Amino acid sequence: MAAISPKMAEEVSQTAVPTPKSITLVISKFNPNHESSYKFVEFKVPVQKWTTVLDAILYVKQHLDTSIAVRYSCRQASCGSCGMKINGKPSLACYTKISELNSDIVTVEPMSNFPIIRDLAVDFTSLFSNHKKLKPYIIREDSEIVGDAKEFLQTPKDVEEYLQFSYCIKCGLCNSACPTMATDSSFLGPQALTQAYRYVADNRDKGKKERLKMVDESHGIWRCHFAGSCSKVCPKGVDPAMGIQLLRGYLLGFRK
Amino acid sequence: MIKMRESVIMKIHYGTALGAVALVAIHILFRMTQNFTVSLQYENVIANYHLLPYSLMLEVVLILLSIHGFNGLRVILLELKQGIGYEKIVNWGCISAMAVLVAYGSRTILMAGMGIS
Ligand code: SF4
Repeated sequence: MAAISPKMAEEVSQTAVPTPKSITLVISKFNPNHESSYKFVEFKVPVQKWTTVLDAILYVKQHLDTSIAVRYSCRQASCGSCGMKINGKPSLACYTKISELNSDIVTVEPMSNFPIIRDLAVDFTSLFSNHKKLKPYIIREDSEIVGDAKEFLQTPKDVEEYLQFSYCIKCGLCNSACPTMATDSSFLGPQALTQAYRYVADNRDKGKKERLKMVDESHGIWRCHFAGSCSKVCPKGVDPAMGIQLLRGYLLGFRK
Repeated sequence: MIKMRESVIMKIHYGTALGAVALVAIHILFRMTQNFTVSLQYENVIANYHLLPYSLMLEVVLILLSIHGFNGLRVILLELKQGIGYEKIVNWGCISAMAVLVAYGSRTILMAGMGIS
């Protein structure tokens, strides 16, 4: 191995670890059991180029205020737990780098359109119950795992019909961005409607009639006004607005 | 009572919008057959009602716009607030208001057509 001169080593160490700059992290704090309104609390947090918003929140939790309530798990945009409003936009905290926000003040708030449990943690009961209601699984009588049945083959084109919609991680960001959800608490929401399309469009599924009937009610698919904000915030590249329009196509007779 | 599926209601909603746009366009084009201000003078307006095909078209426009408008209002109100009782009131309220408006408008068209003022 080539020897490194003391001067070179100094240069290498200087480029490898830049001095952290600090930003102001503003966290919305609210406990609905004890308080009537939320308050914003400011914290100075040292950040590097790679620091994510979740890292910054966990820094605050570890060093400055242990009481902050935040939900997180995988830290790699797979579990869908750490959704929140970051500088006003619904985003995943683990997937948003502070350096990308181009701001020295970062404000984090709980997602809109969900009841707040505490601080940044919101209640996903309605998200999951709407998701379950639309039967997010393949419905059919026979099975590929019994008897001599063969696997249900699909062509790449068949898979393409629904593939992007199967990337949903149930993070709820689309529901948080949806303007209809802001006033209509009974609306199924972009997440559930998109999942209904994901299974309706799957040619192995036989539950189309059942699901279409479920979305075709007064707080179902027709309450989407195609604002498109759901598709703008999805961290997984799913296009819920398109899924909803494609699902509508079945009800309007454009798709079979 | 049979509950209409929302997709049927929305098909009617879109259909009435398209129909109304087409007929209102004809209605506006008729204003162009003469000077716009002249076409809105009392005698000319009344003359339109005396023309049976034209007054029938006005009746259809009235029905299409009432259905479309009150269904639109129903949708807005349903999105504003939820609850079984509230939704029943909204649904029936909009149907009744629509019927009243169609009845009142039809009466006007009929009276003007028959020359009763
Ligand atoms: S569609 Fe996208 S934004 Fe909505 S829940 Fe699924 S992953 Fe999240």
